[in-house]
Amino acid sequence: MTPPPEILGGLESPEYASHDRAAHAPYAPVFVAGSAARRELDELMPRYPHKMATLLPALWILQRERGWVSEEGMAEVAALLDLTPAYVKGVVTFYTMYHQHPVGKYFVQVCTTSPCAISGAEEVAKAFLRHTKAGELGVTSADGRFTVIEVECLGACGFATPVMINEEFIESVTPEKVPQLLSRLA
Amino acid sequence: MPPAEAKMITLTIEGRQVTVAEGTTILEAAKQVGVLIPHYCYHPGLPVAGVCRMCLVDVEKAPKLAPSCATTVAEGQVVHVHNEKSLEARKGVLEMLLINHPLDCPICDQSGECELQDYTFQEGREDSRYREPKRFNPAEDFGGDVVYVPNRCILCTRCVRFMDDLAHDPALNVSERGDRALIGKFEGHDLTHPWAANVVDLCPVGALLSKDFLNKARAWELDRTASICPNCTQGCNVTMETRENQVVRMRPRPNEFVNSFFMCDWGRLNYRWMNEKSRVEVPMVRQGTVLAETSWERAIAAAAATLKGKNVFVAASPMLSNESLFLLTQLMQTGAFRVAEGDEAPLPGIEDLALRRERAANVHGAEALGFTRTSDLLGGLKQGDVLLIAGEDMEEVDATVMARASAVVVISSVLPATATNAAVVLPIANFAEEEGTVTNLRGRVQRFTQARQAPGETRPSWLVLGDLLGAMGKQSSFFLPSDVFAQLAASNGAFAGLNYDTIGFKGLPLATAKATGPKAPLAMGAA
Amino acid sequence: MGYPYQPHHRETTVLSQYFGVAEARTLDGWKKRGGYQALEKALGMAPADIVNVVKESGLRGRGGAGFPTGMKWSFMKQGDGKPHYLCCNADESEPGTFKDRELMRWTPHALVEGCAIAAYAIGAETAYVYIRGEFTEPLHWMNEAIKEAYAAGLIGKNAMGTGKRIDVHVHKGAGAYICGEETALMESLEGRRGNPRIKPPFPAVSGVFGMPTTINNVETLIAAIPILMNGADWYKKMSLSNPKSTGTKLYSVCGNIARPGTYEVVMGFPFRDFLYDVCGGPLPSKKFKAVIPGGVSVPIQSMEEADATLMDYEGFVAQGSMLGSGGVIVIDNAQSMVAVIARIARFFAHESCAQCTQCREGTAWTTKIMERIRDGHGTTEDLDTLLDIAEQMTGKTICVLSDSCATPVVSGIKKFRSEFEELIQGRRFHPVVSAVA
Repeated sequence: MTPPPEILGGLESPEYASHDRAAHAPYAPVFVAGSAARRELDELMPRYPHKMATLLPALWILQRERGWVSEEGMAEVAALLDLTPAYVKGVVTFYTMYHQHPVGKYFVQVCTTSPCAISGAEEVAKAFLRHTKAGELGVTSADGRFTVIEVECLGACGFATPVMINEEFIESVTPEKVPQLLSRLA
Repeated sequence: MPPAEAKMITLTIEGRQVTVAEGTTILEAAKQVGVLIPHYCYHPGLPVAGVCRMCLVDVEKAPKLAPSCATTVAEGQVVHVHNEKSLEARKGVLEMLLINHPLDCPICDQSGECELQDYTFQEGREDSRYREPKRFNPAEDFGGDVVYVPNRCILCTRCVRFMDDLAHDPALNVSERGDRALIGKFEGHDLTHPWAANVVDLCPVGALLSKDFLNKARAWELDRTASICPNCTQGCNVTMETRENQVVRMRPRPNEFVNSFFMCDWGRLNYRWMNEKSRVEVPMVRQGTVLAETSWERAIAAAAATLKGKNVFVAASPMLSNESLFLLTQLMQTGAFRVAEGDEAPLPGIEDLALRRERAANVHGAEALGFTRTSDLLGGLKQGDVLLIAGEDMEEVDATVMARASAVVVISSVLPATATNAAVVLPIANFAEEEGTVTNLRGRVQRFTQARQAPGETRPSWLVLGDLLGAMGKQSSFFLPSDVFAQLAASNGAFAGLNYDTIGFKGLPLATAKATGPKAPLAMGAA
Repeated sequence: MGYPYQPHHRETTVLSQYFGVAEARTLDGWKKRGGYQALEKALGMAPADIVNVVKESGLRGRGGAGFPTGMKWSFMKQGDGKPHYLCCNADESEPGTFKDRELMRWTPHALVEGCAIAAYAIGAETAYVYIRGEFTEPLHWMNEAIKEAYAAGLIGKNAMGTGKRIDVHVHKGAGAYICGEETALMESLEGRRGNPRIKPPFPAVSGVFGMPTTINNVETLIAAIPILMNGADWYKKMSLSNPKSTGTKLYSVCGNIARPGTYEVVMGFPFRDFLYDVCGGPLPSKKFKAVIPGGVSVPIQSMEEADATLMDYEGFVAQGSMLGSGGVIVIDNAQSMVAVIARIARFFAHESCAQCTQCREGTAWTTKIMERIRDGHGTTEDLDTLLDIAEQMTGKTICVLSDSCATPVVSGIKKFRSEFEELIQGRRFHPVVSAVA
C-alpha cells in the first residue's frame, strides 16, 4: 500500500482578496490618474500591440479593487480602452470568473465536473453550504462572509475535490476537511 | 464586379456550371446560377460570421460539409446543395433553432417575411422532438425604433456586426454563453445611432422589430413598390410598403451604387406626410373672393390664360421629379427653390453614404435643370410677375413679398396657407403617388414608381404640367412620364443618352456626373 | 513521475523528474539542473536548424490534436516583415487533464525556456503564455520565473547577450474552457469573447493580432528542451510502438483509481499495465468499468478496449478512442455511466461559446435529455434522439466543442446501452458497493 500522499505544494496566498470591500459602496473610479491600479494597467500596455488586449487584465484589476465588476466598472474600463460599455459587457458575461454581482468575503468554488463528481465532489459542495450557512449555491450567507458555487473543472482532477477560496487553491478536499478549512478564515 | 485581372474559377453547383472570380464564396457563386443556399448569419453587406451553420453544403471530396458563406470556390469543385447530406444538416439546424423558439408566429410581426418560417416550411421537420422546458427571456426596448424579443432570436449576430462594423457604434453585444446567450446592450446606451433601425431589416426572424411598424400590418397584406427615399439628397433606394393605400413602412432596397443595403432612421420613419389627409383634391379657380371647384379642363385653361405671355416666376419644390421640373422650365422665365436642412449623419462603414444635410430628393435635379437654390425663395420675384407655386408649401414666406406678383397659380398637393389668393389651384399627386425620376447628390438619376393612389381628382404633376403647356400652345401633351423624360434627355445635355429602360431600378449617372468618372460600387462587406 | 506519489519504476521521467522539488522552481535551482543550456544552444543555432531537429524528433502536439510540432513551426514564413507571435496554450481546461498545471508550478523556468526557444525558432519576439484564471498557483510561479529570467537577462531585449529580443508575458484567462481552442485563445488574448475563428486563415498566416502565430501546448514547448540537448535520435528512440509517436507523454490520471496523479511514460506503453500497475489499479473492492483516456472530449473506452491499448496517438485510435490531452479518467463499477455522461454534457453546455447553432442548442438539449434519463424519466425514443442530435453536432461547427459533447454520448450509448435502458425501464441504477476486485 502506498503511503498517503505528501502534499508537496499548495500556494499559501499572502492575502485573501477582500471580496466584500467596497462591493456595495457607491462607485468610485478605480483607474484614476496616478493610482496604483492605473500604473499597473499602464505597465501592461506595452506588452500588446493593441490597447484592447489589456481588457481582461483591466477587468481583473477592477475586480480585485472593487470585489466585483459592476456596470459602472465596465463603463470606466470601456472609456479607458476606447471601447463601448456594451462591448465590455459582452466580454464580461462570457468569462465566468468576473463577478457580475457582489459576492461574500470568501468566494468558495467547488469543482463538480465529471472526474470530481465521481469522486464525491457534490458532498463537498454540500458540506460547504452547510458549514458556511450559505444554504444555497450562489447565495451569499447572511453574515456576508461566504458565497459558495459549483464550478466547472478547476484543472486539478487528480486532487479531487479541488476547491478555491478566493485566490487560494486547495487540493483533495473531503467533506470532513471542510470545517477545519473554514475555521482558518477570519 | 471583379477586377479585370481576377483569375476565374469554374465549378459545378447543383449540376450547373458557373465561372466566377477567385475568392468568391460558394454561396455567392450559387446565386449566380439561381441556386439559393439557405442561410441566416450571412449577409452580403456584413462581414462573414459563419455561425448559423445553415449554409452547409456538400463539396465532393471534402471530409466535412462546408459553410458556403465562408468557403471560397476552387477549380473543378462539385457542390451539392440539395442532396440528402446537406438537407439533413439544414433540417438539424432548423430543429435546433426552434427548440427554444416560442412558435408564436400568429402574433409575430415578422410572420410572412420570416426566414425561419420560410425555411422550416420549405425543408424543416414536420414536428419537433424537443420535450423539455423552453428558455424564456423578457422582451426589451433597445431604444430608437427597435424592440428585442430574445425568445425568437437565433443569435445570427447580424445586428451586432452591423453596429460594430458599419455603424461603428458597438452598442449591441452577445451576452452570456451557451444556450443562455442573447443579444444585449448596456443600460443607458440605447440604439440611438441614426442608422440603427437597419438591424430590424437585417434580423432574419422576429427578434428585432420596428416599434413604428409594430402590429400595423401582416406581411402578406402589404403591397410593395420600388421607390426612392425622398427625404434627403442621398437617394437611398427603398421599397414603399402600403396597406389599403396607406404607406406603412419604408425599407431599403439594395443598390451597391447608392445605399448598399441600408437607409437611415430619419428617412425611414419620415413617410407619414405621404398619407396626409388635408389635401387639395379638386381643381379650383378664383371666382371673386372664393376659390371654386371646377373641372380639369377649365382649370387648365384658366391657368394657361393666367400664365400666357407673362413673366413667370416658379417657386418649385425640390421634391418634384426631374420630369416635372423640366416641364416647369418650359413655361418659366425664372425658377427658384429652397431646401430644408438638418445635420449630416453618415453610416461610417460605407463610403459616401449619409443622411444628407439637404432634406429633399431632387435638389441636384433642380439645379441641373436651371433652378436657382436660395434661402430667400421669392427674392427673385419681380413686380408684376406671375408666381407659379409648384409643390412648395410656402411656409414662412412673407405674404407682402408675394403681393408683388400680378397673379398666383398653385400646382400642389396641399394648398399653402399663404396662397389663398391664388387664381388657379391644380391639385397634384405627391411623391408616393406618381412616377418619375430624381437626381441624387452624386448626379445619379433614379426612377421611383407609384406606391399609392392619389386622392380625389388629383393628377400626376408631369401630366398636369404637360396639359398646361399644351394649353399654352407650347407643347403637345404627354401620355407617360417616360415621354417627358425622353424629351428632357433630348433637350438637356446632362441627361443625354438616358431613358427609363437603361436607368432601370439601379439608376444611372448624369452625363455631367459621368465626366468625373463612374462611381465604383460601394465596398460591400468591407469593415 | 507519479506525482504526488513516488515515481514508479516503469515511468520514464524526462519532463516530470523535478515535480515536487521546490528548489527546481527557482532560477538557481533550475540552472543547477541544466536549465537554460538548451536556450543558450538554440540561440547559437539558425532558427531553421532548430525547427529541423524538432521535426526530426517526431515530437507531436501534446495539447490534444497531435500535429507534428516541427512542421507547425516551419509554417511560419521567415523574413515576411511582419511581427510573429508565439502563444503558449496554458489554458488547460479539459476535464481530466492537469499535467500542464504540474509543469508550470514545479518547473516554471522550463516553460520560460521552452517559450524562448520556440519564439526564436519561429522568428517571434513576443511569447504570450495564456494561463487559465483558476490556476492561481501556476500563475504565481510563472510570474516569478519570468521576473527572474528577465532580471538575469535570459530573456528580454537582449536575450542571453545575443542581441535578440525575446519577451515572455503571462496572460491570465478568466474562466472559459473554450479559450483552450487555439483561435478562441487568440480572440481572448486580443480582449474579446473567446469565440473560435473560422479557419482558414490558419494562425501561421493570420493569428493573434492578425499576425503569423504559432500556438503550442505547455508540454510540447517544454519537450523541445531535452530534444535540443539530447538530439532528435534520442527522442525518437523513446517509443515502444510505432515511429509516428515518439518520446515521453505526461498523463493526468484521475477518477476511481488507487493513485491518481501525473505520470510520464514512453509512447507505446501498454495501457493495461499503466492502469493496473503504474497507477495502482482500482480502489479497494471495486472494478474498473470504463476509461476516458484523453480528457472528456474523447470516446469512452470499455475495459476490453483499454486493456488492448498501446498508449500512443495511433494506439488509442485503434481501440476506439484518442490520446487527446492525456487526461485519463477512470470510472469504476460504483458509477452510473448515464450520470457520468450527463455531467460531461452539462460541462459542455456550460462552456459552449454560443456561436454555432448545433453547439449552442445541442449541448443544452443533450444535457436536458441525459439528465432526464438519469433521473428516471427517460423514454426509448430518447436514445435515438440523442444519437441523432449527436450526429447533427458532429463535424458541422466552427470548432470541435460540439463534437466533444456528442462523443461521450455516442460512445456511451454504444458501449453501455444497457445502463441507459435499465434507467428508462424503471430499474434504477444501484451502485455496486462491494465486489471482488
